[in-house]
Amino acid sequence: MPLAIACIVMIYLTFMENKEVTFRYSRRWKISWLFVIIALLCLPFADLSINTYDPLTELGRLFAGLLQPTLSGIEKPFEALLQTVAFALLGVTAGSLSGFALAQFFHYRLIRYVCAMVRAVHELFWALIFLQIFGLHPLTGLLALGLPYAATFAKVYAEIIEEGDRRAYDIIRQNSGVIAAFFYARLPDLSQHFITYTMYRLECGLRSSAVLGFVGLPTLGYYLSTAFMEGQYAEVWALLIMFYLLIAGIRYWVRPKLLPVYLLIAPFIIANDSTISFDNVRRFFTQDIVPSPLRHGEGFDALWQWFSNLFMTEALPGIVNTLLLTQLALVLTGLLTMLWFPLVSKLFFDRLGRGVGHLFLVIMRSTPEYILAFILLTLWGPSMLPAVIALALHNAAIIGHLMGRYSNELLLRPDASRGITGYAFEVVPRIYAQFLAFLFYRWEIIFRETAILGILGITTLGFYIDSAIQDIRLDKAMILILITALMNVGIDSLSHFIRSKLRLSINLKQA
Amino acid sequence: MLKLESARAVYQGKPVLQDVTLHIPAGQKLGLVGHSGSGKTTLLKLLYELRPKDIALVPQDYGLVINLSVFHNVYMGQLARQPLWYNLINLVKPLSKPVNEVREILQQIQLSEKIFDLVGTLSGGQQQRTAIARAMMQGSEIMFADEPVSSLDEQQSNMIMRTLCKRFETIVLAMHDIDLALEYCDRIIGLQHGKIIIDAPSNSLHRNDLLDLYGE
Repeated sequence: MPLAIACIVMIYLTFMENKEVTFRYSRRWKISWLFVIIALLCLPFADLSINTYDPLTELGRLFAGLLQPTLSGIEKPFEALLQTVAFALLGVTAGSLSGFALAQFFHYRLIRYVCAMVRAVHELFWALIFLQIFGLHPLTGLLALGLPYAATFAKVYAEIIEEGDRRAYDIIRQNSGVIAAFFYARLPDLSQHFITYTMYRLECGLRSSAVLGFVGLPTLGYYLSTAFMEGQYAEVWALLIMFYLLIAGIRYWVRPKLLPVYLLIAPFIIANDSTISFDNVRRFFTQDIVPSPLRHGEGFDALWQWFSNLFMTEALPGIVNTLLLTQLALVLTGLLTMLWFPLVSKLFFDRLGRGVGHLFLVIMRSTPEYILAFILLTLWGPSMLPAVIALALHNAAIIGHLMGRYSNELLLRPDASRGITGYAFEVVPRIYAQFLAFLFYRWEIIFRETAILGILGITTLGFYIDSAIQDIRLDKAMILILITALMNVGIDSLSHFIRSKLRLSINLKQA
Repeated sequence: MLKLESARAVYQGKPVLQDVTLHIPAGQKLGLVGHSGSGKTTLLKLLYELRPKDIALVPQDYGLVINLSVFHNVYMGQLARQPLWYNLINLVKPLSKPVNEVREILQQIQLSEKIFDLVGTLSGGQQQRTAIARAMMQGSEIMFADEPVSSLDEQQSNMIMRTLCKRFETIVLAMHDIDLALEYCDRIIGLQHGKIIIDAPSNSLHRNDLLDLYGE
């Protein structure tokens, strides 16, 4: 017996000793493969078919439209653009101001949780909710944008405030009061960070505002979907190109001095003659969203029956499909990012090549994934394929752009390899931590978008939410939205957990 | 073998090298000494650019990929000699042949037990030795190094210098440490304000001759 134990100990020791000098894969490597394998396991369960009769011809017609973009009905596209900008400016401004106020109280756990939940619900879902309350009143668009943006601003502003230097503030707040001290001792230091982030969010706001048109607001998406349905591809391109120019030129037309003017004009642009019916508002809160068994006083058994039925027939399939699609899109995003970032990297392409790369990435990231998915879906029919591709194209363009910029800052030694060898040995290992951080950061965003794409007819959570609203079953819709939001918060925390775990394995600052 | 005629270099409008003429025959062990800012690194760079393909280089900042293992960083020295598919396979899973080659080099500089550690987890001295091992892996006959032993203790410095002198035919070193330069190099170039003010065989020089360079 002792002999056996000794043998085991010896074997164990030999094994351990071996382990010290054998090659070990890094955590990042293993996590990456884990996600790839999960995606591969998802593949057989995902519907990736092309359902249209002749997708290639339709794609050809779409691109033929690019050659002759037309603004024949010029007043309409122009109006669409104005509405898009006005909603974005007002929504982002409102979100920014209230987010700034909320950021001051972000140390309260309650505020943090409420913001996380509000953020977890996509603008389009908010729009669907407010459409029920306010109809087509401008307030619908404003709140749909402003609310989730406020929650996001609150979080990021709070982070900016926390990371800043607070020594001057601590000294002067003793006798000047916290508010005066904040404006004198903190804001001047932090303002540049606030401005940079707010400008970035304004760009996001323009995209969100454009997409709100798909649920009936008078912004770009409305005209885009109409033109698309009618097969007016020339007009589709005209609208898109105007939108790209608007976003590409954001630096030039958003000026501190012009902003107040814009903000004064914007309310007149979005104003329309619809009025808020307070009966509607009251009915929404007191009847529509109350689960029907409760409304009819049928007791808790009936409520449970109602809920489990909803969960099994709608929530569960929605959750499964949303997760499948999210994981596939996440991994495809990663792969495309790795392929695309060299397009804009000085290490791999000259000025001309990078110019083409930049143009391509700018177009892909300026087009909201919802619009990309809408286009692909019309061409290929409703399946997960167009959604996965659209999500990956958009997100890979965003991360690819960041990675390209990051790779330009790398200092390689004079004898470092170039080409594919250099890519594999010198560049990717250096940027991989950054890449994973961004990819996991976008995980939750991809999930939120995936849920939303259901509105287009793919059976993710958004599909069931949209159907419930169409059937005027708002109680169901609210429960489903709540489930979506909770899952989103869950993915966000999982992503946080993985990111902090992976960062632990880095001992020196990332090179 | 390496010839520089009346070379000059300007950095941000200031001359860092003026009228430097230098011939280095094969087989020479040359030490560049001088103040920081005297032009050593610039001179090394100009010389390196004469024959970049034939020179194994140890830059001052090592140029390591800290997220890869010591093995991979050392393996990088021979990337140009191997086919692409072979390099990629070794990136994913080190094969035993290159592992043995790398381990043999690491043994010479007492780093073999760290072969599969990430470079980011190593100490400064261990990172410096990794960069040296990469240069040894390269298979060139000429080595250029900028302060190759700056992070090592005396015993290790001597061990590394002996190894390098044995492994490479021609060596050009930028060195802070006068004693090491005198001991292991056979020719010393002293630089001051971008000019060569000493150029002599090391056995004709004394420690005090070089101390003047440092204004001590």
